[in-house]
Amino acid sequence: MFEELTNRFESIFKKLRGRGKLNEDNIAEAVRDVKRALLEADVNYRVVKKFSATVQEKALGSDILKSITPGQQFVKVVYDELSKLMGGAARQIKLHTNKLNVIVVAGLQGSGKTTACSKLSLYFRKSGHRPMLVACDTYRAAAIDQLETLGKSLGVPVYSDRNSKPVAIAKDAIAKAKADDISLLIIDTAGRLHIDNDMMAELKQICELAAPEEIFFVADAMTGQDAVTVAEQFHKEINFTGVILTKLDGDARGGASLSILDVAGVPVQFVGVGEKPDALELFHPERMASRILGMGDIVSLVERAQETVDFEDSKKLERKIRKNIFTLQDFLDQLRQIKKMGSLSDLLSMIPGVGKHMQDAEVDNNALGKIEAIICSMTKVERDKPLIIDGSRKRRIATGSGTTVQDVNKLLKQFDTMKTMMKRMNKIAGKRGQAAALRNLSPF
Amino acid sequence: MNIFARLKDGLSKTRSQITSIMGGDGRFDDVFFDSLEEAMIAADIGIELATDIIDELKQDLKDCRVTSISEAYELFKAMIVKGLTVTSLPEEFPPKPWVIMVVGVNGVGKTTTIGKLAQELRAKGKTVMLGAADTFRAGAIEQLRIWSERTESDFVAQQEGADAASVAFDAIEAARARETDILILDTAGRLHTKVNLMNELEKILRVIKRNTPHAPNEILLVVDATTGQNAIKQVQVFNESVGLTGLVITKLDGTAKGGVALALTKKFNIPIRKIGVGEGIEDLQDFDPEAYVDAMFGNLG
Repeated sequence: MFEELTNRFESIFKKLRGRGKLNEDNIAEAVRDVKRALLEADVNYRVVKKFSATVQEKALGSDILKSITPGQQFVKVVYDELSKLMGGAARQIKLHTNKLNVIVVAGLQGSGKTTACSKLSLYFRKSGHRPMLVACDTYRAAAIDQLETLGKSLGVPVYSDRNSKPVAIAKDAIAKAKADDISLLIIDTAGRLHIDNDMMAELKQICELAAPEEIFFVADAMTGQDAVTVAEQFHKEINFTGVILTKLDGDARGGASLSILDVAGVPVQFVGVGEKPDALELFHPERMASRILGMGDIVSLVERAQETVDFEDSKKLERKIRKNIFTLQDFLDQLRQIKKMGSLSDLLSMIPGVGKHMQDAEVDNNALGKIEAIICSMTKVERDKPLIIDGSRKRRIATGSGTTVQDVNKLLKQFDTMKTMMKRMNKIAGKRGQAAALRNLSPF
Repeated sequence: MNIFARLKDGLSKTRSQITSIMGGDGRFDDVFFDSLEEAMIAADIGIELATDIIDELKQDLKDCRVTSISEAYELFKAMIVKGLTVTSLPEEFPPKPWVIMVVGVNGVGKTTTIGKLAQELRAKGKTVMLGAADTFRAGAIEQLRIWSERTESDFVAQQEGADAASVAFDAIEAARARETDILILDTAGRLHTKVNLMNELEKILRVIKRNTPHAPNEILLVVDATTGQNAIKQVQVFNESVGLTGLVITKLDGTAKGGVALALTKKFNIPIRKIGVGEGIEDLQDFDPEAYVDAMFGNLG
């Protein structure tokens, strides 16, 4: 997410940090670079103009020129303005617990509404809601089939009626939801152009009839300068309450996320970060600003870990490491937990300072899969006592996991090194405490 | 009816802005160049190319001793038209089946474009077959089947989740057996950053080529006109992966100006084959650079 922008900002700041003192020309140049970086990221040019004017003014007005760390000060000004531009702290969605909630999802064609609907249903089901999806896109060929298929695969009920008009479908769906004890209705509408008056009127009618708790406007992260025009028009007609920014898992620079709030006054609420149904995340503007500026996002990383890692398990693991009875089976469990947290490249991008080192190295997300396959091809005894794995066992394991004997050797070697390191850590820890041991092991 | 009427409306502001500068004393000052640059950025042409164009324009104005703003403006537009090289689809399709493969990121309008393309070719009296090699997205096969019925084209598909390359293979075999003129293959939308999915695309291509070396005759990348600078990356990666023969710019009926098309044709020298200007079955048009640039920047005369 936003890697390109991050890289650009990093090189701008590097230029500044190298200087002991800044003058007005340095700042003007940096502001010009920031402006260019934002324009290349498809941030709306009017927003960019305003943004760079504010940054320049604040930078000159503050004590940056006199400061002993002027570069840092400048970064802080940009960070503050950037997180303000994106909307400050994230807004938590509050839904009723005692009555039917309705969410309407709208946007241009191909922005990813139907996928977003199914992701939303899963997101809210996790917090205890009983969702139902409503197929109100009666225009695009097979749109209803698409929602029905998605609903079936997630086990979420879908309301559809191939012989009705969208407004009537929404009305019937509400009645059905009330009868079926549904707590959340998610209405998928047809993609429409903001300049298509008839279609916009229909959408307005659906919104008036359904009186939704939330109306989400779905926008493609790759959209260019027109993103704000479209958002502005939709907002004028239906007054949406949040934005879902989709396809952020590509290399889109996501300029829309920086522009829509400024123009429509509504922040990005969710971001779509993958094709899987759970790839929908709450958007944290402050954290994102920090990520864009190359400062990482430790808060999200820790949260992600807390969500997926079992506290009891990790206690048990710590004991095993201490007693040096860590086996390949434990290693496998660990790997699986990391995998649950998301892709490696995604996790790494949250660590401060990693961004710029990662851009050339393609992280091999499949490497974990390979290791998993190898360990899974071992017997239980082999996992506990890797020493018994001889040539013939290695051949069997390689065949079973679709790898080579070299791969198996490599894994066993790695595991061995890991155990030696743990042993050493335990020894030092005994004397000086674990923190010191970790410091000693760190290659930095 | 002018297909760019709406595009024109959306840009009237830019035009009046430039026209108002015209009313001045006619000097080429920074205001003139800045407003041109701003107009280009607003049209998604991109800051890099916009700066280049302005530099080139300044040089040309000096070399040609242009003095009036209206002349300068015409020169500016001509530069942009020149940048949008185009060739249209050939009229004749000698080796049967002529295979068109359609690729692109998610949600750009691949399947709809195929439907419209099929309609156009059917109207020319060709026999057409549609191959549903998008086996991933829910409902994609059904969507293409509906288009095949609307356009009275043949249809080849397997079940959802099937191997896309195997569908492509089947479709070519079927098209050969039935002596179909043109086979259009739909593929799943994929972000160009997903290595696995790009590999899958290359596999489809390999399978096609092994069996039918002349195919695919066309590999079209569909680009959404509302896309910003990311389109450059899309074309770059898809082109490196499968070798594109043309672009289709869709959704030009909104207010988006699709200016990134200029950056694409200039940078990669890949022609724009078609543009999509509406949801109707006949809303796929040939690309006319002059009409497009006129709509984008208007006429001062």
